[in-house]
Order: sequence, then structure tokens, then C-alpha cells
Amino acid sequence: MTTKTATFAVTGSNTLAFAFTLIVGLGLLTVSGMAQATVLHDAAHDQRHAMAFPCH
Amino acid sequence: MTKNLLSSAVFAGLIAGLIAALLQFVFVIPLLLEGELYESGSRLHFHADGTPQSDRGAPGLGGEWGRHLVTIGFNLVTYTGYGLLMVAAMGLARDHRGTAITAQNGIIWGLAGFIAVQLAPAVGLPPELPGTPAAELAPRQVWWIGTILATMVGLALIAFGRGMVMHLLGLIVILAPQLIGAPHLDTFWGVAPPELSAEFVTQSLGFAAVGWVTLGYFCAFFMAQGEDS
Repeated sequence: MTTKTATFAVTGSNTLAFAFTLIVGLGLLTVSGMAQATVLHDAAHDQRHAMAFPCH
Repeated sequence: MTKNLLSSAVFAGLIAGLIAALLQFVFVIPLLLEGELYESGSRLHFHADGTPQSDRGAPGLGGEWGRHLVTIGFNLVTYTGYGLLMVAAMGLARDHRGTAITAQNGIIWGLAGFIAVQLAPAVGLPPELPGTPAAELAPRQVWWIGTILATMVGLALIAFGRGMVMHLLGLIVILAPQLIGAPHLDTFWGVAPPELSAEFVTQSLGFAAVGWVTLGYFCAFFMAQGEDS
């Protein structure tokens, strides 16, 4: 019983770590690829074209 | 665990982003700058009278170092962002399917990422040379994200699903957004030579593939390193 609880706890904390990592990654990609604020769009413009984000 | 995931993605993202940016400046950015000459009208390919013809030749990178530096910077951000998604997926596969995470396996992860994030959406929405008019942005972004997600799910079903039914289902999920079709204009408006657009598409895809394989290799390499220590 104790072992089972411990295993569950480890898996649970990994799931949180994966979720956190995913959210940070999506945040970075929103800034570099999707956000349409003019300053951001102009700065990221060449990179967005080169990486084929749908741009303007 | 979180620390290993974050540091692996950041190191891999920096390495892959730098290599990708270097390749972009040699191969892709010159074509992009050449396309801008047609976008601005300083070069014309389709004359009102006469046959379409224009000189080949990129204008050179010029002295806009600020512009080029932010391009490098955003490449690092983008590749780190994709790296974070990749290490999370690697960790999930290891925890739930017992997949070994090694640098060699990382190459396959990188190729799968390239297929999902670059190749599949490019089938419907080819990478655009500047000055290529296209349909409204929002529907294109929706189709682009939807296609990436569907392709990721489909590839995961093929890689981790048990039995051929799951693998076939994966294929159907991958093809679905292509059958729905990407948003397009009813008319062609491009002002640049078709050859230039074609070269831009093949070169940007080809060198994105190099970036993605590098990303997969180093994400897995650093993840495995972090677990050992």
C-alpha cells in the first residue's frame, strides 16, 4: 500500500512538471510566433517567415 | 524533474536555434529580402506589357544588424519553446510507455516534430515569401494550429498506439485537416517570380528540418544527462 502511494505521488509530480513545461513552451511560442502586437510582429517578422508561422 | 526538463529544453533550444539561424542567414533570409524587393515594387516581374522576366539575385544582408539580431533572438525563443514541448512529450512517453530517451532516439523525435509543426501545415499553407497576399490571418492560424495538433496526435497514435487499428486511426487523424483544407483566397495575387517563392518554400522547410533534428537530438541528450547526475 505504501509503495503504491509513493509511486502515485511520483507520477503525479511528474505530470505537474510536464504540464508546467508545456505551458511555458506555449507561452514562448505565442510571443515569437502568434502575437500580433505591432512591435512584436515587426521584430519577429523575418523569423516568422523563415519558420513558416502564419504571419500577417 | 522540472529543473531537468527546463534546462534540457533551454540548452537544446539555444543550440538548435543558433544553428537554424545561421542556416537561415546563409540560405533563407537572402530569398526573403529578394522577395521584399517585389513586395515594395522596387523590382517588377509581371510587367503590364511584355513577358514576365526579372533578374535573379538577392540584395545582400545589408547593414540592418538590429533587425538581424532580433531574428536570431526570436529563433532562440521559438526553438526553446518547441524544445519545452518536446521534452514534456519525451517525459510522458518514458513514464507511460517506457520509451528510452537517448540522443539517437532524439533524432526521430526531431523528425516527428518537423513533420507535425513544419511539413504538415506547409502542405496546406506553404511558407510565404513576404508580399504574398493570403486569406484572413485568424482562420489561417486556426487551421495551422489544428493541423499541428492533429498531426501530433496522429503520430503519437502510430508511435505508441497498440494494434494496427490505432495506427490506421493515426493516419486518418493526420489526413483529416488536409481533407478539410486550409483557407485560401479565390484569386492569385503574388507579385514575386513563382521560382523565387518555390525556392523559399523548399529552403525554409529543408533548413527547418535541420533545426528540428538538432533540437530533438540535444533535448534527448541533455535529458538523459540530467537523469544520470
